[in-house]
Amino acid sequence: MRALIAQRLALGFLTLFGASVLIFAGTEILPGDLASALLQNNATEENLAVMRQELGLDRPAVVRYAEWFGGALHGNLGKSLATERPVADDLAPRLRNTLFLAIYSAAIAVPLAILLGLLAAVWQGSLFDRAVNTITLMTISVPEYLVGYLLMKYISVQLGWLPTLANVTEETAIGERFYLTLLPMLTLVLVVIAHMMRMTRASVLAIMASPYIEMAFLKGIPKWVVVVRHAFPNALAPVISVVALNLAYLIVGVVVVESVFVYPGLGQLMVDAVSKHDVPVVQACGLLFASAFIVLNMLADIAAILANPRLRHPR
Amino acid sequence: MTIPGVRLFGHRLTWPAALGLVIIAINLIGAVGAPWIAPFDQADVVCDAWDDPSAQHLLGCDNLGRDLLSRLLFGARMSIGLSLLITSLSFTIGIVTGFTAAIAKGWVDAALSRTVDLLLSMPSLIFAFVVLSVLGTEVPVLVVTLACLDSTRVFRLSRALAMNIVALEYVEVARLRGEGLWWIILREVLPAARAPLIAEYGLRFSFAFLFVAALSFLGLGIQPPDADWGSMVRDYRDMINLGVTAPFWPAGAIAVLTIGVNFVVDWLLAIQSRGHGENA
Amino acid sequence: MSDTVADENEIVLEVDHLRVQARSDAGPGPVLVDDISFTLRRGEVIGLIGESGAGKTTIGLAVLGYTRNGCAIEGGRIIFRGRDILTLSPAERRALRGPGVAYIAQSAAASFNPAMTLFEQVCEIPVRHGLMSPAAAREVAIGLFRELDLPDPENFGRRYPHQVSGGQLQRAMAAMAMAARPDILIFDEPTTALDVTTQVEVLAAFRKLIHEHHTAAIYITHDLAVVAQIADDIMVLRHGKMVEHGTAEQILQAPRAEYTRRLVAERVAGHGFIDRAAAEPPLLTISNVVASYASLARVIDGVSLEVRRGDTLAVVGESGSGKSTLARVITGLLPREAGEIRFRGELLPPALAQRTREQKRLVQMIYQMPDVALNPHQTLLDIIGRPIAFYFNRPKAEIRSRVLELLRMMDLPESFIDRTPGELSGGQKQRVGIARALAAEPDLIICDEVTSALDQLVGEEILRLLKRLQEELGIAYLFITHDLGVVKRIANKVTVMLKGQMVASGETETVFAPPFHPYTELLLSSVPEMRSDWLDEVLQRRSTA
Repeated sequence: MRALIAQRLALGFLTLFGASVLIFAGTEILPGDLASALLQNNATEENLAVMRQELGLDRPAVVRYAEWFGGALHGNLGKSLATERPVADDLAPRLRNTLFLAIYSAAIAVPLAILLGLLAAVWQGSLFDRAVNTITLMTISVPEYLVGYLLMKYISVQLGWLPTLANVTEETAIGERFYLTLLPMLTLVLVVIAHMMRMTRASVLAIMASPYIEMAFLKGIPKWVVVVRHAFPNALAPVISVVALNLAYLIVGVVVVESVFVYPGLGQLMVDAVSKHDVPVVQACGLLFASAFIVLNMLADIAAILANPRLRHPR
Repeated sequence: MTIPGVRLFGHRLTWPAALGLVIIAINLIGAVGAPWIAPFDQADVVCDAWDDPSAQHLLGCDNLGRDLLSRLLFGARMSIGLSLLITSLSFTIGIVTGFTAAIAKGWVDAALSRTVDLLLSMPSLIFAFVVLSVLGTEVPVLVVTLACLDSTRVFRLSRALAMNIVALEYVEVARLRGEGLWWIILREVLPAARAPLIAEYGLRFSFAFLFVAALSFLGLGIQPPDADWGSMVRDYRDMINLGVTAPFWPAGAIAVLTIGVNFVVDWLLAIQSRGHGENA
Repeated sequence: MSDTVADENEIVLEVDHLRVQARSDAGPGPVLVDDISFTLRRGEVIGLIGESGAGKTTIGLAVLGYTRNGCAIEGGRIIFRGRDILTLSPAERRALRGPGVAYIAQSAAASFNPAMTLFEQVCEIPVRHGLMSPAAAREVAIGLFRELDLPDPENFGRRYPHQVSGGQLQRAMAAMAMAARPDILIFDEPTTALDVTTQVEVLAAFRKLIHEHHTAAIYITHDLAVVAQIADDIMVLRHGKMVEHGTAEQILQAPRAEYTRRLVAERVAGHGFIDRAAAEPPLLTISNVVASYASLARVIDGVSLEVRRGDTLAVVGESGSGKSTLARVITGLLPREAGEIRFRGELLPPALAQRTREQKRLVQMIYQMPDVALNPHQTLLDIIGRPIAFYFNRPKAEIRSRVLELLRMMDLPESFIDRTPGELSGGQKQRVGIARALAAEPDLIICDEVTSALDQLVGEEILRLLKRLQEELGIAYLFITHDLGVVKRIANKVTVMLKGQMVASGETETVFAPPFHPYTELLLSSVPEMRSDWLDEVLQRRSTA
């Protein structure tokens, strides 16, 4: 089992490296090059040459990649083309804000989704199950911004309970932060919970249909004991995978929700940078989002390996 | 939950699935017929900004005094048409590469699978941002980028499907007989993979549709003056504080169409898992 | 509950006009069990026997007051020690399961929870029902492990299900059922998934357990010879109805119902072999073939055999013996690593891709699972007609008439030609598989376990059909099977395989007669025979040997 975990760790770091190559290569697939894309109509030969020099485009891509990735490992993410400030300086507070919102939402959405999924599976076919099933099928289909604006319209505008915008600053106190981000958090929870709950239900149901669960019932074991002692330990590994898989929705959701509530996070920064062709900032944000996703998936896989009885007790 | 007497593909239709089909049909009619159905052109300024709904302007007017209903209909054309284009392209790429990987095996499979693993190792929105930041947001760039990103999931599904089918004994019989590769793909593999692929097409369509809308909402998708539902939400969103309902029309339209597609997909998946024989 | 035993011959179970019916949203479905009645006394074993769909498992589960999803007990009474369990509250019914009636399922591998140790699962009934302390239950479990001849009984229970073998797991399940000393044990095909040699040991362990604890038992199986070893009474079931009920002796010696007579008779009667000209040149010659899957040890190691026209060569062995791999090597799906395969004296290339169309045509295959061997999206015309079109390139009308002819040969109605396999029964599908093989007009057909997925009587009909076709067309068969009964009846030559190697080979009469190879003898002696003293004899012979 140790070998398996080591293997997964190695694969994780390899993927991280591959993702960085991909992010770098993604900015190299231009028919011309970055300089001509940035200058567009102002591209005279001289301008281009100066621009290329500035961006270091006169050197081979491999060298530039090595410099970029090497720098990134040391926290040096280059300079923004728009502000000419170091990317890392702009990034740090934004990253803190996004992490705050993501963790805040996950801390509520994950347990809630697992609980609802478990209950729906245990009461399969009941009114509760069917209601939850149809409602979640609908919320999956509803875009994040509609959920956000509906909450904003009814909770903030009509009832006036919460602020419409989540404009936190560096100085905002922690309690205030929780209050200001309550609405974005709710939006994210509603969006993420549906997928996670449906998939939890499906994996628990798959376990509940197995012969050893029928056997437990035939042994006269009470239903709650069957669920807690027999089904849950086996459902753990698939449920962990489900949670990890759905963190992708959380990451995408964060980008959109930040835009809806004008929340100064990494997603907003990245969207602005994309429209301004500010490539170093885009690359840095992309690398951060990708690493978060890859590391979370890796942790989830390792947790799933640890939860598998066949791997924990080899022959 | 089934509707008595109504059948599709030999299976009983459920109420949600029927509702989904009706929603899809209405949207398609609106999208295809927009130039004829819409009372005004999408770019014409025909009234004052934020005019209330009236007999002439059923849903009222937008920020520049354009007819909201007309923009919604033309927006359907853009949003749905683009998503169909992306999904179809992603299916073509995904199925060809997926089937090739499953049947060719060996290094072809390994190379394709590792590339796809890598592309799937980060959220596709993030990678789309990276590409769009250098290539800009013209429609052809958008279509090709999103189709390529989406095709990774189609690749996985079609590869897995083909792998399972190729392992079945009736395919072995065809191989033992000496049938060629294309005959096996077309006559033995594809018919069995058709049903799950149709369901996947619906699923991928709703993903592509939400994806395009999200990009437009973020200002990185379809650019003005073309109407599309995502950018309409973006254009009207500031009015929420003033109680104007305009942003909810396009946002609601996005949600309703996606719900409709998902209802139909859910039904398609359910009848598949019930398997053969029960449809007699 | 057993501590309250008053009467050694107490009636513990009375099933009275039991009726179970399927139910769906659309209303009541087919009746699964119809008007079944029997009684069971302490220490008595009743065997329920029948083919698939006979309702035997449904009866077994009903005795626990349990029905699978979509079924319901619609009528009758099930009286367990004076109380009708159908009138009990859910809690009372739950209290009965385990301590009162315990269940032993077909697949132990699937029925044990992979996340719990064997001790936890075996002790669960007495502990959860509040009958014993965990420590006492553990002592009981160790005692049962010892009784069931499990290795290292003190520590056996510390293991997880995936850490012990299939035969051991099946016995562990008996220990689990026995832990709270139930009044009734229900065995549901408990040895069907095991190899024959393992089956003998497990069967003996079960019988000892029942006898020593004087427990009543219901033994469910499709194999009359197995149930004859363990049951006092036998009830024969078909389509949910009782066909016949009597003592084991009476059912075996003097069956009254026609259906029972057929069940008993088929196992005893043999088929005659057709005469062959011994001087025919060999059709298929295999010499010293070696093959393996990537990175694994040799699956086939030095196999040689020979098949002539009109021959039926049986290749027998237990799971893992390499017999199915041999078929893949002959067809070229798995290229051999060494050795020669000749067909009519012509050397066949190792890989399928290198063989000519004619070489492919002459060797055809019939598979174990007719469900996956036929493309469900094609009609029988497509399925059977394709080899004709592919190999002989005939016009459409001719193909159709040839397919019709083949359907007639298979005793299938001509109207089936436009149907898809989904509309056919298992036996009919297997006939289509045979027709497809014959359409190529081969010299040799490889039959891979062709009867083992079918019910006994259906399988017999398929064997008879194959025999008739051989007489008419002179085809040779290579028959891969684990069922020695089939071998004795259909094959004139036999090859016994063990772990990829040939143990014995030759004329069936010679191989299956003394002097035996020890493994052949073990295999032969492990095949249950249809007399009630067979198991005693085998055990006695083995203990003296």
